[in-house]
Amino acid sequence: MGVGIEVANLNAWYGANHALQEINLNIPANHATALIGPSGCGKSTFVRCLNRMHETDPIAHVTGTVLIGDLDIYKDANPVEIRRRVGMVFQRPNPFPTMSIYDNVAAGLKLNGYGNRHMLDEIVERALKNSALWDEVKDDLKKKSGASLSGGQQQRLCIARALAVDPEVLLMDEPASALDPVSTAKIEDLIFQLKAQYTIVIVTHNMQQAARVAEKTGFFLNGRMVEFDLTHKIFTNPSDKRTEDYITGRFG
Amino acid sequence: MLSTVLVVAPLVAIFVYLVYKGASSLNLDFFTQIPKPVGEAGGGMANAIVGSAILLAVGSLIGVPIGISGGIFLAEFGRGTKLANAVRFTADVLNGVPSIVMGIAVYSLIVVPQGHFSAFSGGVVLGIMMIPTVCRTTEEMLLMVPNSVREAALALGVPNWRSVLAITVKTASPGIITGCMLAFARVAGETAPLIFTAFGNVGRSTKLSEPIAALPLQIYVYAISPYDEWHRLAWAGALVLIMLIVLAVSLVRYVTSRGVMKGAS
Repeated sequence: MGVGIEVANLNAWYGANHALQEINLNIPANHATALIGPSGCGKSTFVRCLNRMHETDPIAHVTGTVLIGDLDIYKDANPVEIRRRVGMVFQRPNPFPTMSIYDNVAAGLKLNGYGNRHMLDEIVERALKNSALWDEVKDDLKKKSGASLSGGQQQRLCIARALAVDPEVLLMDEPASALDPVSTAKIEDLIFQLKAQYTIVIVTHNMQQAARVAEKTGFFLNGRMVEFDLTHKIFTNPSDKRTEDYITGRFG
Repeated sequence: MLSTVLVVAPLVAIFVYLVYKGASSLNLDFFTQIPKPVGEAGGGMANAIVGSAILLAVGSLIGVPIGISGGIFLAEFGRGTKLANAVRFTADVLNGVPSIVMGIAVYSLIVVPQGHFSAFSGGVVLGIMMIPTVCRTTEEMLLMVPNSVREAALALGVPNWRSVLAITVKTASPGIITGCMLAFARVAGETAPLIFTAFGNVGRSTKLSEPIAALPLQIYVYAISPYDEWHRLAWAGALVLIMLIVLAVSLVRYVTSRGVMKGAS
């Protein structure tokens, strides 16, 4: 099951660049939450703070509090542990190029020392079914490499890989921006199904996409969160003039 | 087309000339007999072939692990640190040190304290000579692995060291293996550093603590001798040396290419 996320006074830097300033928001469990905003507004940085990927860049640092469920991730947990509870799907599909489809999905478990072959088979099958890829790949799970799939399939493979470690939260950083419309529609359908089991945070450039998949939407601008509300309110009756300007296409 | 010819021509020319000069002296005896005294016909280089194999095995056991660990450090853990810059600089300098100087260094560090020439010291010098090539190619190959692959592993909750070994190094392994082969092929023909270390041996010694024969040494000794018979054997030795290098490289390529799937880049 998914858990809620509470963010308080979050600040993030890249070197001297203050990329995120005083972010406060509560992300509800088992819902999809969209983050929109122009390029460079900090939305990707924000999701990378939710699984402590931000700090993998040596010049980056973070202050503030992030609660995933009741776990204070910047206080009493190590980053490796957190990333098992908070899965991530990236903008460009990034399957492990030397691994088969099966090994890609099993990678997170295998590399954490999980060796029960029978259970692995089951988990891989379930993850691929949950990411709607099973029917397309079930016959050559161990024959084909992950890199031999199409872009859309690769992205669903990456989703399956993230699901296989059984996270509580799934972060998606523009997961469909490198894909064609058909693949994009498949990913969106998937988000609909997945939020029954996971809390989903999706960064997107595409406002229609946010409107289609998310119950709540946050609008980011210049490293600050301008507005966070129900999606239909953001798109029909935003409280802030800047949100309105952005969604009506006056900038961005 | 022209550039292809220019690249391939020297290799083909050397090979054809070696076959022309050396093939006639190649027979079973060459691979089974040890050198005969001057004046006696026949004799072979069995001891030198075995000796070279032993020296290269010892050298690879030293040079490959050290070189690969150094490359991993440079590309993955030490990026941008002073220590990494120092290591990289040292490797580049080491690469430029003439092989005879390496031989003298190992001579004074191992041979003199021990009081005798040995196969071990010869292996050490070859191993040291392999380190810079292996180290720098490993680094280059690891840097070519896209960052998105590293992020994918980290985001799955895989500890960094594990992600480096199981994902990044594995992804770069074809290139790393090529680097090791390059280093291997380069030191396989080294003669100068072995003069002070392995020394050469006309008998069939395979002990690490004793002087040992080596193909390049044997070729050298035979080639500068005044005897026609020895000259012919030197040509044959050179041909065998080249063929052994090609064989070893092909074998490693074949073994490591199995299991790597088609379509993986």
